[in-house]
Amino acid sequence: MGGKIFAVIVIVIALLSAVPIINHTFMGANVAPPEDISTHGASIDKQLDETMLEAGLSFLAAQLVLGFFVWQFGGRKDGAIKNFPGGAKYLVIAAVLLVGLEAIALGAIGTKAWATVYFQAPGADAMPIQVQAGQFAFYFRYPGPDGKFGQLHPEKIDEGNANYFGLDPENDVAARDDVTSGELVVPVNKEIHLLMHAKDVGHSFYVRELRIQQDFVPGLDLALHFTATKVGKYEIVCTQLCGLGHYNMKAYLSVMTQDDFDKWLKTQDQ
Amino acid sequence: MSEAAVHAHQAPTSFIRKHVFSLDHKVIGIQYYGLALVAVVTGMVLSWIMRIHLVWPNSPIPGVQWLSKIGAPGGVVTPEYYLSLMTMHGTLMVFFVLTNAPFAAFGNYFLPIQIGAEDMAFPRFNMMSFWTTFVAFCILVSAFFVGDGPPLSGWTAYAPLSAVGADSGPGEGVGQTLWGLSIFVFCIASLLGSLNFIATTLDLRTKGMTLARMPICTWAWFITSCISLLAFAVLMPACLLLVLDRVAGTSFFIPSGLNVSDHLQPHQGGSPLLWQHLFWFFGHPEVYIAILPAMGIVSHILIVNMRKPLLSHKVVVYCMMAIGFLSYMVWGHHMFLSGMNPFSAMVFSFPTLMITIPATIMTLIWLGSLYGSKLRINAASLFCLGFISMFVSGGVSGFFLAQPSIDIYLHATYFVVGHFHMVMGVAAIFGVFAGTYFWFPKMTGRMMNETLGRLHFWFTFIGTYCIFMPFHYLGLAGNVRRYSAFTDDFLVPLVPVHKFITYAALFTGAVQMIFIFNLIYSRFKGAKAEANPWECTSLEWSTPSSPPPFDNFGGQHPVVYHDPYQYGVKGSKGDYVMQTSPEKVAQAT
Repeated sequence: MGGKIFAVIVIVIALLSAVPIINHTFMGANVAPPEDISTHGASIDKQLDETMLEAGLSFLAAQLVLGFFVWQFGGRKDGAIKNFPGGAKYLVIAAVLLVGLEAIALGAIGTKAWATVYFQAPGADAMPIQVQAGQFAFYFRYPGPDGKFGQLHPEKIDEGNANYFGLDPENDVAARDDVTSGELVVPVNKEIHLLMHAKDVGHSFYVRELRIQQDFVPGLDLALHFTATKVGKYEIVCTQLCGLGHYNMKAYLSVMTQDDFDKWLKTQDQ
Repeated sequence: MSEAAVHAHQAPTSFIRKHVFSLDHKVIGIQYYGLALVAVVTGMVLSWIMRIHLVWPNSPIPGVQWLSKIGAPGGVVTPEYYLSLMTMHGTLMVFFVLTNAPFAAFGNYFLPIQIGAEDMAFPRFNMMSFWTTFVAFCILVSAFFVGDGPPLSGWTAYAPLSAVGADSGPGEGVGQTLWGLSIFVFCIASLLGSLNFIATTLDLRTKGMTLARMPICTWAWFITSCISLLAFAVLMPACLLLVLDRVAGTSFFIPSGLNVSDHLQPHQGGSPLLWQHLFWFFGHPEVYIAILPAMGIVSHILIVNMRKPLLSHKVVVYCMMAIGFLSYMVWGHHMFLSGMNPFSAMVFSFPTLMITIPATIMTLIWLGSLYGSKLRINAASLFCLGFISMFVSGGVSGFFLAQPSIDIYLHATYFVVGHFHMVMGVAAIFGVFAGTYFWFPKMTGRMMNETLGRLHFWFTFIGTYCIFMPFHYLGLAGNVRRYSAFTDDFLVPLVPVHKFITYAALFTGAVQMIFIFNLIYSRFKGAKAEANPWECTSLEWSTPSSPPPFDNFGGQHPVVYHDPYQYGVKGSKGDYVMQTSPEKVAQAT
């Protein structure tokens, strides 16, 4: 009796678990990745979909077989003990072939998606923007008309006077025209070279719609590059535990037309 | 065979020697279990507070203000205290529950008996390893009561947040240093324990007990102790270096030029990534330390209840060895986005995907072995079946995270939290539950109540799926983890899902009281157990009494004639033949 109950419960759970995956909602909430607005995201989404299919089928198959066998053989008192046809041999072969090939295939195909984000260098005319992550805000810096970033001086950081980066415009010519912003504003369809700097502890940069995520490592100069393909406002959130304000540490990515972006940049004070 | 060493300790006479500072592996096993029980209840209560706070962040939770006036003024948990509770939850669960219960508790109690030994090879080390673990526990818990409370950097304690000291914010004062010291001490205890398991398994097997005749759970404990020796040996110095960075001005993990809370840090030359490498080089084998014993226990109990051996004993043992070996090659999959050279992601992804193979082989063998069996349904076997279901679920989500391109989206989301809770928080714990229901008669001479056991199973099985399956949906929506509240635009609509999870968590937590009640009630009032209630062939069921006498076999040294899984055969007692029975095995007609 207990075996049959187990079988029913495990099969029901397995089938119910698949529902939110298929229709992307649970408890009235949308539980799927948001619309992809990047040039590299399509390959990641494809990878995710294929993995979902293979993992989902494996999950369902295993749970259904478990349920079926427990239904058939749970509580069985009569009859002889039987062995699965072929014993362990075919199962081992099946596991090695199925999983091995599946894993290698997905792994190999996924390399391309990874490579476009990480192995490919940004183009020569990518727009450089620096992002600094510190407890608990992101600040962005544009190099200004001279195209050069001023030097960072951590000892000169003075948030009260809006000197978030610790610039020294008096002594540093390159720093004079740097534009600091609390919002990451970018032109649509323009490749951005995002230079990442951590002020204090570890943080991370995550924009779901852009399908990018990267840790900031204090002491390391890391960078991301991306191209946003749709005008709009998107959330940038910190995903590396950084202290009490971690849950609140965010900024907005504002993707504008080139004209709007040029207008915006002109209105920024240094 | 070093019998002299084991005969060295006499039967204890005083209360202290019998129940407190005992050299007897059985007492030590129960002490580990008791400590794990205290830790798991504490960790679970912390998780209730966390789950309630997440969906009602501004509401007071009655009673929490007594735990910390600063952390929860008027009962309203502050953001930093939420993170502190989360850190202690993870630390308690991973170290003091998942390393202690399946491995140290059951392994200590049953490994020596299952190989026919009188005790562990080094009974004094064994006693020291438990009490050192206890000291580590006390140091950890003391963090609740000092300064600004427990650390808030997570059980992973990434530097520089964990290394620069109080500048990095509330929750990073003395509590973090105590955390580092506690884990350092825990590592010492683990190393002593692992040495003991290895020496015992290799040296103290009784006559006829070849390695091939050891039960699968014995193999699992042995392989786990080998992994554990190397893993904890790396975590120990890592914690020491962390403490030194905090108190001695060193810069192992802290680079120059950090401005933390307007204080320029004096450190220079260190690498935050070094902490991650050291931590995860331990951390990944650690999760296999948590799951392998459960795999062994579940295999063993399933066989007994199926009345037939697994399709291949050898393959299962080789798979466990493969998992143990591969576990050392994959640590970088926790660091795909850490800033390491991105080429390394490819290098770590490959063995991570490969580890799916032995895990799948084992799952297929468990499933295939069910075919044609005479599966007995009881609380222990139900938890074994539940383990298989949960292991599949948790393992399948790992398949996503093993791919760096998908990890770009899913890293640090609830998808990861769902994955590891299913495999560790549920599957491994199901192994502990199965072991408890199964071995309770041997440890106490009484049976646990079967009705309560089944109720415990049904509600826990359904409840844990209700908690952790939705975590994956949240992850797919990009719900970031380790947030104390969900205020971002895209997170607010997900709060109803979190509410569902919280209700499920509170319900499932309450259900565990059935287990605790059953444990305590049955200890004193449970039905008296026969000598071998499950008709199991392994050596622990051939001891002269339950619980076994001080030296396990009452002055006798058992002789082993058979492998551990002679079921479905014509034996003098039924459809099985004990390992210690000299009768020849005839196949059942």
